[in-house]
Amino acid sequence: MPSLDDLRKRITSVKSTQKITKAMKMVAAAKLRKAQENAEKGRPYSEKMNNVILNLSKSITDKENAPKLLVGTGEEKVHLCIVLTADRGLCGGFNTNIIKKAKSYFEKIISENKTLKIITVGSKGYDQLKRQYKSYIVENISFKESKNINYFDADKVGKIIIEKFEKNEFDVCVIFYNKFKNVITQIPQEQQIVPLNEDKDDKDGSGNDNDYEFEPDEDEILSNLLPKNISTQIFKAMLENSASEQGSRMTAMDNATRNAGELVDRLTIEYNRSRQAAITKELIEIISGAESL
Amino acid sequence: MSNLFNIDIVNPEQSFLSKDNVFEVVIPAVEGEIGILKDHIPIISFLKPGIIRVFSESEEQSFYVEDGIVEFKDNTLSVLTSSIFDLKDADKNFVSESISSAEAELSKDNIDDQKRFLLNHKVEVLKSISLN
Repeated sequence: MPSLDDLRKRITSVKSTQKITKAMKMVAAAKLRKAQENAEKGRPYSEKMNNVILNLSKSITDKENAPKLLVGTGEEKVHLCIVLTADRGLCGGFNTNIIKKAKSYFEKIISENKTLKIITVGSKGYDQLKRQYKSYIVENISFKESKNINYFDADKVGKIIIEKFEKNEFDVCVIFYNKFKNVITQIPQEQQIVPLNEDKDDKDGSGNDNDYEFEPDEDEILSNLLPKNISTQIFKAMLENSASEQGSRMTAMDNATRNAGELVDRLTIEYNRSRQAAITKELIEIISGAESL
Repeated sequence: MSNLFNIDIVNPEQSFLSKDNVFEVVIPAVEGEIGILKDHIPIISFLKPGIIRVFSESEEQSFYVEDGIVEFKDNTLSVLTSSIFDLKDADKNFVSESISSAEAELSKDNIDDQKRFLLNHKVEVLKSISLN
């Protein structure tokens, strides 16, 4: 049975933890709003980019000579996986969910005897993956210094990917990130960016008028556009990720605050009970002492 | 009948400009400047460093772009670019910095002709901006 003093100390400590989690929740809520706004603002760019590429790839008739970034190298032996995670912890299952999704993909690749290469973006992902997949990790990028998600950072990652592709270091590139659905739900995503997966659902014939004029020709535009598209996709993933991270942290911290509250309630009851027990004991001692006189 | 059409300029971070009352836009396409009026045929092209001029009924706006993609379809001109600023609030320091970094890039030996051409062009445009 803990003494009264012990209980009092525990209650104070849980209360101060609760204050911290509460503050973190509020910070996350404020950041979430901003991150969500940014994610929404960034959407038109990637949508338009997708549209243009879709229109372009439809008008390419000569599939054999099309840029390799679009149609692939014709093989799929080496898989490059980009795992995008957060730089900070304390955000519930956010990082773990991405890692879990990525790991199941890794296992599939390894069991098929294909080569696996991993690039981690964000330090948490690296921390969790280095134990098991250390030998596969080729690069570890972290943007701890940049306060906001910016396109410049995404472009850096994009350039690394292009450079590796030009050196024929991989055939297929997949990115892993969390898609922001709402504050409570974030869905881990795997998205193939090289070769580009063509949208199967043809948007009801809207793109059938292939009478675009191209200047210069399609091939040149495509080879200029595809590297940009990779950066754009990475950027989109980073934006979704940051909104998800804040959402996830907010929910996690909200839960933590509530749990701390419950703990304080329970401890307080215990504290009061043992206080009353002590008083009763003292009273009995006094009464029985008086009786014996 | 009106001769106006829509323009959307977006950069990765946000929608930069969206107007529905422009009658002419001049864009620095990679093979020369293109002036776009209403009912232009659908076109896809990409940009070289230069100045986009947007003429609407009430005003004329100019923006500096470094690169990007333009698409014109159904009387909507979409410009996708990662580097754009309004000439009105051009930052002198930024401009001179860009010039010197482009010149530094030019002095390297291992660049191909196309890149050299683009960089030369960039320096030219930026210098003309800083003169104004």
